Amino acid sequence: MKRMLAIACLASLSQLSLADTIYVSNEKDDTLSVIDSDTLEVIKTIEVGMRPRGIIFNQDYTHLYICASDSDAVQVMDVATGRIIHNLPSGEDPEQFALHTDNRRLYIANEDDAVVTVVDTQKRSVDAQIDVGVEPEGMAVSPDGKWVINTSETTNMLHWIDAATNELVANTLVGQRPRHVEFTKDGSLLWASSEIGGTVSIVDVESRRIIKEISFRIPGVHRDKVQPVGIKLTDNGKYAFVALGPSNHVAVIDAKTYEVIDYLLVGRRVWQLAFANDQKLLFTTNGVSGDVSVIDTDDLKVIKTLRVGRYPWGLAVKP
Amino acid sequence: MTFWVAFLGITKRELLRFFQQRARLLSALVRPLLWLVVFAAGFRAALGIAIIEPYDTYITYDVYIVPGLAGIIMLFNGMQSSLSMVYDREMGSMKVMLMSPLPRPFLLIARLMAGAIISVLQVYAFLLIAWLLDIEMTAVGYISAVPAIFLAALMLGALGLFLSSFIKQLENFAGVMNFVVFPMFFLSSALYPLWKMRESSEVLYWISEYNPFTHAVELVRFALYEQMNAEAAVVTLMTAVVFSALAIWGYDPKKGMFRRQGKGAG
Repeated sequence: MKRMLAIACLASLSQLSLADTIYVSNEKDDTLSVIDSDTLEVIKTIEVGMRPRGIIFNQDYTHLYICASDSDAVQVMDVATGRIIHNLPSGEDPEQFALHTDNRRLYIANEDDAVVTVVDTQKRSVDAQIDVGVEPEGMAVSPDGKWVINTSETTNMLHWIDAATNELVANTLVGQRPRHVEFTKDGSLLWASSEIGGTVSIVDVESRRIIKEISFRIPGVHRDKVQPVGIKLTDNGKYAFVALGPSNHVAVIDAKTYEVIDYLLVGRRVWQLAFANDQKLLFTTNGVSGDVSVIDTDDLKVIKTLRVGRYPWGLAVKP
Repeated sequence: MTFWVAFLGITKRELLRFFQQRARLLSALVRPLLWLVVFAAGFRAALGIAIIEPYDTYITYDVYIVPGLAGIIMLFNGMQSSLSMVYDREMGSMKVMLMSPLPRPFLLIARLMAGAIISVLQVYAFLLIAWLLDIEMTAVGYISAVPAIFLAALMLGALGLFLSSFIKQLENFAGVMNFVVFPMFFLSSALYPLWKMRESSEVLYWISEYNPFTHAVELVRFALYEQMNAEAAVVTLMTAVVFSALAIWGYDPKKGMFRRQGKGAG
């Protein structure tokens, strides 16, 4: 009885502090670093498959899906124990993926095969493989579950996949080497980053037309180094954050006017971004410097940079 | 009570002198601002410099050199005070002060404190301008830096006072600039992190590591970011005590400067 009380107390305390845990995949170390959002320290390191890149939680945060690119598998980790419980068939070299709103289908970009593989996470089988452009990379599912978007790095297109039929129905040409796509919360707009083009395109979902293209200029940094990759949008529609790769900066954009408000200095080759659950903190993976920077989204200031493994790539946040 | 009045008198005189010489404040600020705005622009390091304590994240070069420039303000002000001591001596007003019935060490320490207060004012004027240039510390950082800046200013003032006991004439001050101020400034962590120095020369690194000015700068740097650098604090304090003692010794008519001066004249 006492023990249960103690556990209940601890549970309520951890509820009160509202600490999130941030999982970071370290591409070169074959590990995940786990960060506590309160102390901003690495509390655990977990060994996983080879070259982990994209990571994503299922909806109740019991499982973490990990793209183990060089193991040619999507691994499923039991979050409670930190153990890999099984692999999912994923096609070759999975890099990024998105979980459908049905919490069941995973859409995986297979960079080497120019296909998107649809995997049923319950039956652990491949539902479909959809031919897309060359070097598929970014993946996103619209909030209503209707659309799945894939970007192809060499074809420079956004591919619109109908989630009901798993068929490619349309393409939108964007800037060179599209890397990442992100829907707005209401699903009306799509933000897509173009790494070589150095731009972010905002696409109207209904017409599939680009309505705005944002470019970046950081004083003292050569244009070629400005390579937009990860994007995150605040739920309140106020800001968009764009990771600008080897320019070591994250751009802050007014999500209403599309003006760049500021550039925040982070670690070397900033790649992906993730919000803490309350969106007050934004975490960035800095590949080359092997660390994670933490941005206060109210003050728009970098408050800390902490060491993780070698070449951190993806992020997933568990409340 | 007499001591307090004398202390206030000396401080007031220094403050008056400081506020009446607008050009002095201006030049005290222009020098570090040139470094901050022009020199730092050339070395801006827009891609960030490696993280070292006390910084929590990547910073640009201009952020790095602010504590070092606060250091140079204090260093120059310490020298300026020593210059004015030489001036006072040449003009005879020093005799008036030293002839007071109060103990000479007290008068010298009071003079030192007054100079340090001026330094603190100058440093905060500079930090204000740096703040306008978007180099911000937290409010707590600005407050926690007050004792650090005061101690560092005291130490550099004591160095100046000690040197002034050796300088016979105003003209010799140029030598102080060449042989004390510039080496102290360049061989320190004011302009570059010491690990960077170590990459090119181990000898220069160790000289810089033992330079008390490095410790003064690091003490201020840590304090501005709400951290205590105990080693720097101890070294700065000890150096302040040693230089003050030497200065008191230097101004003792029986032993120090006056005797030497007498010999020189004779």
